[in-house]
Amino acid sequence: MSNLIIPALALLQQEATGSRSEIILNGIKHPDLSKFLVIGALLFIIGVAGVLTRRNILIIFMSIELIMNAANLNFIAFSRYLQDTGNLNAVAGQVFTVFIIVVAAAEAAIGLGIVIALYRNKETIWVDEIDILKW
Amino acid sequence: MHRYIWLVPLLPLLGAAINGLLGRKLRFSETLVGGISVGSVALAFLLSLLAVYSYGYSDHAMWPRAYLTSDDGAFRYTWIPGGAVEITQGAPERAQAATEARESVIQRPGSEAEFEQLRRAARENGGVATQMQDPPGLGTEAARDNKRNEHTGRGSLLDVEWSYQLDPLSCIFMLIVTGVGLCIFIFATGYMHGDTGFYRFFAYLGLFMFSMLVLVMGSNFLMMFVGWEGVGLCSYLLIGYYFDRKEAGDASRKAFITNRIGDFGLSLAIFAIIATFGSAQYTNVVAQAATYPLEHLGQWGIMSWIALGLFIGAVGKSAQIPLYVWLPDAMAGPTPVSALIHAATMVTAGLYMLTRTNVIFQHSQTMMLVVAIVGAATALFAATIGITQNDIKKVLAYSTVSQLGFMFLACGVGAFVIGIFHVMTHAFFKALMFLGAGSVIHGMHHEQDMRRMGGLRKYMPYTYMTFLAGWLAICGIIPFSGFWSKDEILWQAASTNYIPGGWILWLVGTIAATCTAFYMTRLMAMTFWGKERFREVVAGGEADEAHAHAYDEGQQPHDARKESAGDRPHHEPGEHVGLAHDEQLGHDLGDEHALDEHGHGGHGHGAHTPHESPPAMWVPLAVLAVLATIGGLVGVGPAFKFITGSEHAGGRMNIVNWLEPVIWNPQTRGFGREHEAAGENSNAAEHAAETAPLAAESPATANREARGEATGGEEAAPYGPVGFNLAHAAEKSLGHSGAEWLFIIISLAVAGLGIGLGYLFYIRNPRLPQVWAERLAPLYRASFNKYWVDELYGKLFTRRTMDAARGVYAVDSRGIDGAVNGAAGLTRLLSRITGAFDRYIVDGIVNGIAQFIGRIMSGVFRSAQTGFTQNYALVMVLGLVVAVALFFGPDLASAIGTTVKGWFAFIR
Repeated sequence: MSNLIIPALALLQQEATGSRSEIILNGIKHPDLSKFLVIGALLFIIGVAGVLTRRNILIIFMSIELIMNAANLNFIAFSRYLQDTGNLNAVAGQVFTVFIIVVAAAEAAIGLGIVIALYRNKETIWVDEIDILKW
Repeated sequence: MHRYIWLVPLLPLLGAAINGLLGRKLRFSETLVGGISVGSVALAFLLSLLAVYSYGYSDHAMWPRAYLTSDDGAFRYTWIPGGAVEITQGAPERAQAATEARESVIQRPGSEAEFEQLRRAARENGGVATQMQDPPGLGTEAARDNKRNEHTGRGSLLDVEWSYQLDPLSCIFMLIVTGVGLCIFIFATGYMHGDTGFYRFFAYLGLFMFSMLVLVMGSNFLMMFVGWEGVGLCSYLLIGYYFDRKEAGDASRKAFITNRIGDFGLSLAIFAIIATFGSAQYTNVVAQAATYPLEHLGQWGIMSWIALGLFIGAVGKSAQIPLYVWLPDAMAGPTPVSALIHAATMVTAGLYMLTRTNVIFQHSQTMMLVVAIVGAATALFAATIGITQNDIKKVLAYSTVSQLGFMFLACGVGAFVIGIFHVMTHAFFKALMFLGAGSVIHGMHHEQDMRRMGGLRKYMPYTYMTFLAGWLAICGIIPFSGFWSKDEILWQAASTNYIPGGWILWLVGTIAATCTAFYMTRLMAMTFWGKERFREVVAGGEADEAHAHAYDEGQQPHDARKESAGDRPHHEPGEHVGLAHDEQLGHDLGDEHALDEHGHGGHGHGAHTPHESPPAMWVPLAVLAVLATIGGLVGVGPAFKFITGSEHAGGRMNIVNWLEPVIWNPQTRGFGREHEAAGENSNAAEHAAETAPLAAESPATANREARGEATGGEEAAPYGPVGFNLAHAAEKSLGHSGAEWLFIIISLAVAGLGIGLGYLFYIRNPRLPQVWAERLAPLYRASFNKYWVDELYGKLFTRRTMDAARGVYAVDSRGIDGAVNGAAGLTRLLSRITGAFDRYIVDGIVNGIAQFIGRIMSGVFRSAQTGFTQNYALVMVLGLVVAVALFFGPDLASAIGTTVKGWFAFIR
């Protein structure tokens, strides 16, 4: 594990000017924006792959939640980043995250309702057996 | 009062419009129709009388100056406003006139002062002088203008106004047309009684009245042309009044087509006048034409051309050789029409026009000679035909042609005034005779054949008495009206110095006068005197048979199933008409006819006892008889100086003095009589006073007059010597008035000779006509058959025209129709081809595309739709990837590149 972290810290060191401890402390206090963005992108890709590849409609739902959480993470990251750069009132991203969580809850409720209705009619939750969208 | 003359033509038009437009719809009674017509004409006559009095005889008389309603704004309307006219004709004549004028000015000493004076006079003259250029008499400026314009041609603005002109000539014609017309209108109300088309007849008659008044009262040539064509139209309508009869229809067409030939000449002449003088107004044209040089015998310039065209028009309208053939046929119309249109007024329009343009005619000696020869030839020709005709109206028709010939003869020998005088007297006695004939026909129950008359004196005393006056007048017995004019014509022909060969014309005219007296006596004898032949039942009616039928039809309700009027049998003269016809109509009509006061008596064509006509018919006859008796006294000849005290007694009441200012004098080159010649007259002062106003008006005239004095020849002919002159030869031995008396005695003697021969042939010894007809069989047959002129024209012209028409028709039906039909066929073929192209190619492409989409592409696109949610989501993600790649592709690539490079660097 250290084999991996040490080069990363060394990479960071090239760009910082302070001492190593200062740099690490500073890195914890003010985490780098790109790291969050990379994690958000990974989450999004995992969600999309889940939506496209899984056949169980419940799994697809969970993947959709992943996609939305990727978006939430981005919001939070940017909000924090803006606050760090001096714009202390930039809380819109955090507000939006809460908003999205609420909407996602409502969506999950409706979506599960649809899934139940579908199951009652089709007796299946495998999406490759549901091809009525072309009509 | 003369300010109101524009009402004169309008009143009859109004009457005609009311009758024609409302008469049928509102079912006007005969009294109403007659009242409207007669009332309008009577009002017009009254207005004319007042206007003529105020123009010529009142305190503020403007005689002899022409009065135009547009001058003082009484009635003015610019009919054809300001068209540009290029004056293309008559340049050499204008140049010559200018040269002559310059020479004359130079010749006279002290001309400059006088020249100024003349110029001022011309300015004051105003109306005439402004529109036309300065008279060439005014010398060098005008001459220079002419020289300059000789090559370029001048432009002019032709403003044709609709205004009426009152001058001595139109006064006379107004009075004749409305006065004689009034008599005939009244007569017609009696004659046409019971006719089915009563309102129609009077509408046409009123329209004719209007046209004729426009003709004689218009102030320019175009108005005259309008009237000219209008009377032609009305003549056509009225000749064809019984349009269901073939004869009437043919006759009306013949009249119309024959007149077209004349109208062609007239219209060409009017064009030439406008192209020469740049104006159509009489006053302008006459004033300009007076300055042009004379064209002697053999010379042929623009004036001769214009005169020729005008003369062709006059020949057509006034029924002269060779276009006279329509007038005898025109008798197919009702008798009042024959009296009004074909004797008294319309046929004299040619004479009116000749006199109106006498300036132009007198400029061309050749045309004067032509007019005189045609007139004399027509007079004799028609008179000889009249001798043998049996139809009473045909005799009168040929007599009219003959008398018109006399009038043309008078114009041709330069006595235009006498020609108009004869127009007037002829209007009186010929209208009287036609109406008398109408009365006879009416009394004889529509019998026109004189062989079935005779002894009518006893039955129709009023008609007889009035007819007697007409007979004496036309024979030329002193003092009846015809004598004064006809004798004067013959004297003028004998004594003319206008054209050579006057004595031949005199001889021809005298023979024609003898024939006239003979055939008129024959007419009297066969109609009123001698044996009563009307009880012999033979039919012979021609035109007025239609009148009888129209009357009969008027008495019974219209029946559409009855055989049409055109199918009625036409009775040949001498054919026996059985009782079948009488029975057919007589039974159911007997009662009505018994009530009929005129005693048409329920008989179509059987034997009748003639009866006198109603007062509506004989009162106009009486009026006309009085006029025919004393009407000639307005023109008592110079030979009666010892009674009347002067050569032309009576001042302006004398027609010669009245009309003279209109007549141009080629000798003095001014208007009015020759003053130097009048020097020997006792009343020279009076003449000078009478004609002075006009002479003073025209500076050119004064100029020329003075020149005339210098040459001073009383006997000098206007166109130079003309050879042997019978009257002058007689004067050498008998003196002036002696010679005149000789000719008067000669003309009275030939009238007596004609009457005596007629008496001998038809009263004393009624077998003589047959004997002489056999003895002179070829002549008799030629005359009886009217010299086969109709047949000749038929062969020469009518049939050729028909052949040409047939040829043209063939070309039309084969060539042109073939081309049209061929084109149509070709079009159909082409349309079929394009139709096929449209159906198979254009529609094919459209349908093909539709089918390609429907059958092939739909399958492709349908297969894209799987219905699986994940497919759609995949597509969405792919789209997102593509979009991201498009927008951020380079940035991503470089970022990845940098990172990878970093890693590589780190690893190394």
